[in-house]
Amino acid sequence: MNTEERPFEFFTVSYLTRIGNQSAGTLTEFLSGMQHCSDASIFHHTYQTLGSHHFLTEGFSNDFAQWAHADANREDLAEQLATLDVRDYVSIAALRGDLCRVVGDYCASHPEFSRQTALERFYFCESVEVTLPFGRTARTLEEFRDGIVHLSHASFYFHFISSRLRLQLQTNDFSHWLADGLGLNTLADNVNHIDIYTNTLDSAREKVLRLIDRERRIG
Amino acid sequence: MSEVAIATRIPLEDYAALLGEGEIDELRVLAKPLRGRSIEMINSTAVGGGVAEILTRLLPLAEELDLNVRWDVMTGGDDFYGVTKSFHNALHGAPYHADPKDFEIFLACNERNRARLPLDAEFVIIHDPQPVALIDGRKKNGNHWAWRCHIDLSHPHRAVWDFLEKFVARYDAAMFSSPEFSRELPIPQYLFYPAIDPLSEKNRDLDGKFIVQTLAHYQIDPHRTILTQISRFDRLKDPVGVIRAYRIVKRYFDCQLVLAGGGASDDPEGAVVLKEVLREADGDPDIHVIELPAWAPLEVNALQRASTVVIQKSLREGFGLTVSEALWKKKPVVASAVGGIPVQVIHKHTGLLAHSVEGTAYQIRFLLSHPEIAAKLGEHGHQHVKENFLITQKLKRYMTLFLAMSRGK
Repeated sequence: MNTEERPFEFFTVSYLTRIGNQSAGTLTEFLSGMQHCSDASIFHHTYQTLGSHHFLTEGFSNDFAQWAHADANREDLAEQLATLDVRDYVSIAALRGDLCRVVGDYCASHPEFSRQTALERFYFCESVEVTLPFGRTARTLEEFRDGIVHLSHASFYFHFISSRLRLQLQTNDFSHWLADGLGLNTLADNVNHIDIYTNTLDSAREKVLRLIDRERRIG
Repeated sequence: MSEVAIATRIPLEDYAALLGEGEIDELRVLAKPLRGRSIEMINSTAVGGGVAEILTRLLPLAEELDLNVRWDVMTGGDDFYGVTKSFHNALHGAPYHADPKDFEIFLACNERNRARLPLDAEFVIIHDPQPVALIDGRKKNGNHWAWRCHIDLSHPHRAVWDFLEKFVARYDAAMFSSPEFSRELPIPQYLFYPAIDPLSEKNRDLDGKFIVQTLAHYQIDPHRTILTQISRFDRLKDPVGVIRAYRIVKRYFDCQLVLAGGGASDDPEGAVVLKEVLREADGDPDIHVIELPAWAPLEVNALQRASTVVIQKSLREGFGLTVSEALWKKKPVVASAVGGIPVQVIHKHTGLLAHSVEGTAYQIRFLLSHPEIAAKLGEHGHQHVKENFLITQKLKRYMTLFLAMSRGK
């Protein structure tokens, strides 16, 4: 049985939503807001919203795309924003750059829409994060599995989704530890390939557990 | 005594069955660093109104987590409550003639309560404008004060807000139900949502027989489509607009409309609105206008559960608790895109939004034509409430606020 000397420590996270001082009623204002809002705001409307709306697995990707769709009524722009995948980014700066490029290009090619008033304004908010140890650690795959079974949604989200930014790697805490700690590279890769956009946190957790069980059977 | 004693115990384990053990463990994790630290909640009434309803359920839960919370209610005479009622309406944009005497009454009452209340907890949460000036009694012990505003401040009367703002600006944080209601302030402002309790009489599962009996009592046919709006008889809830939307729907679908709510017997304006509603209904036997008593949680629960589609066609809305209640019951909801509602009803994901009578009717017709989509919206709506708008989430948000404030975030 593989045992890691450096145990995996489970944490949980809780967020407050801080209301920012920017809002947008047109695409031009939307672009300006995206350019000037805090990193915590870009995080809130992309990563964090994925956690708080994890149960929407069809057509919901981030708050920016949802506003472009439901309030600005620009389906083509919404589609482009929705296809930006947070897994492709290891920094907020890079994600912000691509968000601004998409909206900027759209405004440039559709100047007639860029100043149209949307049905509702977009309010830029930001996440204030509080993290705490969940009180569980794991040194073996069995303990790790048991820890995952007992996690809250927020804790699972913290390790599986938002960890990518913290690690600044295109992976998550679970995969990182499975590979670096237990040397289970294939399992780590398979866990990292679970699609966080088309799974709920519950179904993603079930898949992680199934992959671990398969590893235990063949390992 | 101004402290409110809550007798009911609400075991945390009861919520674990609905939410999962992990969520309850997480509440315990958040509570652990707060144990032994004092929290004081202050509002203006122990019974009636949404704030008291929420605190009544929130405090027992906090006690289950060994949090040291007390709930104090400020006291005042009729003159004070007359003034605060005028302020309340003025903050919602109603006409108001600023009378210096009103401000004097307001300040004098706050001063009397300042002398009476402890105000020495590490975390002091003041609810709504009535006790806002208690901040003058803040001790120099490094404690944290936050103001929770439950009302829509998007278009406040200038003089009233200017008066209150001087106090609000001295808090450490303010919390609003929607970003739209926030103001330009020098302090952090956070989103805090009103919450519903899944175990309360208004939201818990009901015996099917009780639902059938309730429908029979109000002569509603359980075998035909039921469209429902639960709300006070108040023009801002646009009950007349709901009837007009129903008439458009009725051209294509056989249906009944239920308009149920209170506020007509103890509110002169409510009685006028009820008359307008009855006039608009014009004796249509399929329109059921039901005047409920002030506290009728089981009836509301039954009517919501019996509905095919739930409507909330408000013209202005701080946050639609009835929307959360309907979503929790997996009902498809058609609601106006006003105030805090778009946070609850994410268009085409957890319900449908509308901006007019015709739009409301169109969205209802769409749902009646596509029951499978209606069911999916209802299921997603339930998950949305479970994740964001339950009393357990509200407690989590408060504990996060306390931890963030004490960590200087």
